[in-house]
Amino acid sequence: MAASDAPAAPAKAEPNHGLRIFLTWIILALVADLLIWFVWYPHMPPGDMTTSAQHQQFDIAVLALAAAPVMLFVWIYFGYALLNWRHREGDDEDGPALFGHTGIQAAWIGGTAVIVLAAFVFGTVELIVPAGAGAGEGPNPVWKPSGSNYLQVQVIGQQWQWTYRYPQFGGMESTQLMLPVNRPIQFNVTSLDVIHSFWPYLLGVKADANPNVNNVAYTTAKHTGKFVVRCNELCGIWHGAMYGYGRVESTSTFLTWARATELAEQRSGILRALPPYALVYDPTVIPQLGVTLTKVSGITGAAGYYYPPQDPVTP
Amino acid sequence: MSIEIEPEKAQEPAGAGPAAPRPARPWWMRPAFHTGIIGAVIGYFIGHWLGNMLSYEYARNALSDMNDFPLVLGYVVGTIGWLAGLGVFNDLLRQMAGKPVPVAEEEEGSATGLARYFRYTLDHKVVGIQYLIGMIVYFCTGGLFAMAIRTELLSPTYHIMNASNYLMVVGEHGTMMMMMMSSVVLGPFGQYLLPLMIGSKRMAFPRIEALAFWLTPAAYVILLSGVLLGGFPTGWTGYAPLSVQATEGMDSYALAFGIMGISLILSGFNIFVTAVNYRAPGMRWSRLPMFVWSMITVSFLMVLSVPVLVGGLYMLVTDRTVETAFYVNTLGGSSYLYQNLFWFFGHPEVYILALPGFGIVSELIPVFCRKPLFGYRVAGAGMIGVALLSFFVWQHHLFDSGINPEMRPLFMLTTELISIPTGFIYLVAMGTFWKAKIRFTVPMLFAMALYFNFLIGGISGVFLSDVPADTTEHGSFFVMAHFHYTIMGGLIFAFMGGCYYWLPKMMGIKLNQKLGYLHFWTMFIFFNSTFLPLFAVGMLGQPRRVFEYARNLQPLNVWVSISAFLLGASILIFIINFIWSTVIVREPETGNPWQSRGLEWQVSSPPPPGNFEHIPVILSGPYDYGVQDAPPVADLNPPVGVVSASYATAGAGAEA
Amino acid sequence: MSLPARIVTLLVAFLAVAGGAAFLAVYYIGGNPPTVNFAPEAHGGVVNVVLQEDPQNTVSSRPDWVSYFVQDPKTHAWVHTTLFQVPKDTRVNMTILGYDGCTPARNNFWSKVQGTIGNTVTVQQFKTVGQPLDEPQTMSVIDTWKTCSVGHTFAIPGLHVFVPVASPNTALFNKAACGTSPCTSGPHSMEKFSFMTPNSTGTFRWQCLIPCGGGFLDGFGGPMQTIGYMMGNMEVSS
Repeated sequence: MAASDAPAAPAKAEPNHGLRIFLTWIILALVADLLIWFVWYPHMPPGDMTTSAQHQQFDIAVLALAAAPVMLFVWIYFGYALLNWRHREGDDEDGPALFGHTGIQAAWIGGTAVIVLAAFVFGTVELIVPAGAGAGEGPNPVWKPSGSNYLQVQVIGQQWQWTYRYPQFGGMESTQLMLPVNRPIQFNVTSLDVIHSFWPYLLGVKADANPNVNNVAYTTAKHTGKFVVRCNELCGIWHGAMYGYGRVESTSTFLTWARATELAEQRSGILRALPPYALVYDPTVIPQLGVTLTKVSGITGAAGYYYPPQDPVTP
Repeated sequence: MSIEIEPEKAQEPAGAGPAAPRPARPWWMRPAFHTGIIGAVIGYFIGHWLGNMLSYEYARNALSDMNDFPLVLGYVVGTIGWLAGLGVFNDLLRQMAGKPVPVAEEEEGSATGLARYFRYTLDHKVVGIQYLIGMIVYFCTGGLFAMAIRTELLSPTYHIMNASNYLMVVGEHGTMMMMMMSSVVLGPFGQYLLPLMIGSKRMAFPRIEALAFWLTPAAYVILLSGVLLGGFPTGWTGYAPLSVQATEGMDSYALAFGIMGISLILSGFNIFVTAVNYRAPGMRWSRLPMFVWSMITVSFLMVLSVPVLVGGLYMLVTDRTVETAFYVNTLGGSSYLYQNLFWFFGHPEVYILALPGFGIVSELIPVFCRKPLFGYRVAGAGMIGVALLSFFVWQHHLFDSGINPEMRPLFMLTTELISIPTGFIYLVAMGTFWKAKIRFTVPMLFAMALYFNFLIGGISGVFLSDVPADTTEHGSFFVMAHFHYTIMGGLIFAFMGGCYYWLPKMMGIKLNQKLGYLHFWTMFIFFNSTFLPLFAVGMLGQPRRVFEYARNLQPLNVWVSISAFLLGASILIFIINFIWSTVIVREPETGNPWQSRGLEWQVSSPPPPGNFEHIPVILSGPYDYGVQDAPPVADLNPPVGVVSASYATAGAGAEA
Repeated sequence: MSLPARIVTLLVAFLAVAGGAAFLAVYYIGGNPPTVNFAPEAHGGVVNVVLQEDPQNTVSSRPDWVSYFVQDPKTHAWVHTTLFQVPKDTRVNMTILGYDGCTPARNNFWSKVQGTIGNTVTVQQFKTVGQPLDEPQTMSVIDTWKTCSVGHTFAIPGLHVFVPVASPNTALFNKAACGTSPCTSGPHSMEKFSFMTPNSTGTFRWQCLIPCGGGFLDGFGGPMQTIGYMMGNMEVSS
């Protein structure tokens, strides 16, 4: 850090405080950074199961590399101050009247600005390169993976259970999230009632599920395995229990499962009963019932009225 | 015919006609706490009745067996009744009726006794003590809820509370803390010390100040009544549409937060006007104590951001009572609207919580380093920079929610930029510590703990501001650890330090130092052992506000819970120390025990009723330690005519 | 005030505060409806559990909230609770009496029976207790959108059990629905299905997935979020 040099000591045998602090700091910062990179980084959450998770690992590790020297600098400085500049018994004089030092102030402001701007540039690059870093990008995503053979998975959040629809397999719905490895996945996250948030932890993806909004997030799985899916936005009493598991499988296993599930749902008749696949669902409109539900039963369903049907303003 | 022209008279301060004789009445006949309670109860029933009358026809009330409108109006009219019972409106009504307003006892100089603290007293020093006691009560209530949360989190499978009660406890803890701690420094120390620090005899608007205090017990009771109603399931953020869907406890959240918001706006406004207009002659902006700068910036934040919260909560209440649909997607509203309104307030709110902490420690370290504050202008720029930038960062709470993706690098930039002015506080501290003569008193230990804690909290904030890293960290215990480090590790440690430092000034009593050291070390050690592991817990995937967490995280959670219980015990030590020292032992401390140059320490402890016998003339800044032949900070007995001359054209306010 | 007076005031205040906090903790924060224990009734690895769902709950402070009741296995009385306990590694034969009328599901995927043995349920309609209208029928899908046929669901997401609960005959329901709770007469459906409890102990939440909280936004407030009405816990004990 540029601001570590302090005014040099006067002619008496006063030690060069600035130099001592700087040397202590540089050694400890180097050790810390080496530990972070070689020991911590390989085990950094959220793991390396997908491209977005791998990039987040790298991103957090780099931030830690920058943060550790900053924190060590402040702590070493204060530790040094507490050890060396304590009040000694019998010495009731005040300290030197240092009101400021333009050089140090300017160096500090400049140094912190440089670090902050570098962090911003790095963060933006890490956001764009892994196709949005697994974060929900809203209905009009800007950063997408290259290629066009995405697997589209619609994630439907409702109180208090996640379901998943696969439009490329007839729009079949499932309570299990199965994904193929090495294929870009496009999650279309929406909600049927209140705000939820889709968080498959090991996939490094997080996207809020808002009613009537399609929130798109991308990732590509690189390793097979099991992962937990949690709800990350308080959605009522069972928010904490709204979790499930998913699996990343090889492409052939996945395709077998998907086709078998689609067939089973066709046979049992449930596929026909589902609404046509859409990016958002309006719970007040059920085409099969032939009427807009609001006018019949209010958007609460169950013959409960939010607005009574005779209210002229009812949409 | 000559027309008599009346000579122009300077306008008398409103209501001050010939002073009306004060009727002598016993304390239980004067409006005070007890009449306030009577007023609150009567008001509640009136409001409830009114609400029922207005809304009984709504179909949804018949189906849901729930009618929010009577509850909401009951709370509102109950609060008005509480204030009326306290006598808040008495002077106003007298003026409106053309009657003279009796001179307040404080201005007469005859105010004494314990009963003042239970009345609508206009002396800012009394209001400061009222706030101090109130804030300690609110903090402990919120803390008890936190102990309940940590008890539940001891096991992911064995639950002592059911899911609904757990969410209620989580919401009550969070809301009590965030709501009330916004005034934890501005109230006790801001109200008490601001006039003393700027050389004024009073605050600009004493009635508004006292009103702002008396709104806080109303907000506290309303929030706690949510427990009787089944609580609210949304946590302190109150996200719609869940908050529109929730049962009656949600109204207690909205009303309590709204009433506290009004209190914040009023006190912020008062402090800002006082600091700008009531400075003594010679108190230039460059001589203002850093604590006053933090009060100015915080009140700026309060006045500008809290109205947005009140508006958002108002719309929530209308959505729940009179069938509007601001936050309901299917009826034309938007769930994003609430999030944006809330966080436009919510982000400045956390700086309302953090800046006073910076103000206190910047005030303390020159005294205990016996050196001037290094880089006064940099410190001021830091506070102003944080306050200004805090309005431009709120979308970082919404990074994953589906906002326009191109907005996110912009808000990442502004959020990271805000760490630059925050860093100035560290530059100032480090410069002040250079070659200092550090005295390890209890207040100084708390100040140093703030720098330690806030560093961890602030750096973790940088991790959160980075959008890719935020994908894993958002909504997890990482965020919890971050804000507990900054708010509790920052603000509450500073508050404790301020208590130990300023209690001799405010009450003329010294807190027991041995207990103080014990309190500090236990609080510091257990605070860190509670919240440091939570960074790991969050990164390993435990979301906030859930008690069903992964089994492999149980050892960490057990460690954190036990540390939390010990942290609670250390706060108990503080309470015991406080009560022991102020109620039982009352060891007097009337001088300047810390040998501070601050203006507030140049008068007696506690200060006389008018603060200063004469308005002082300020001669130098408060941080001139180590300066050879430094002039005293102020001339408390300026020659006659100096002050009146400078106020000749200004009119009302100060008397020489 | 003198020192003894101060100490006495302090003690009184402390007791008041501690008492208040303890009262809140025990009564409001720790309180729960009763748990009906079926474990002692299990024989040969099988246990029978009987629930019913009613269109209102006239025995509670929320008379218009829909509600489940659990039948006590010994007394055969209907208990207003949704907490029950079953042994582990046991086949649970669940019977649900559906007294409440139909509501379309928000997500029609819940029309499909999942997680029961055979992935089916057996439904029989009744005119009143003891008077069946038809023969029991086994089905794997009850389409809530096609006809008025489903009142609520019974779902234990942790065990992947999702079962639509049939509603009574519509014409009979419109004429003479049960009006007081717990219902002991009136048109209802009787639905039977079975599932296995896992081999380890634990608490599994169960809920209804049909938005039947009348008067609440999206139908998922009120009874849907309150223990003792439309959601509860199934405790699996050893």
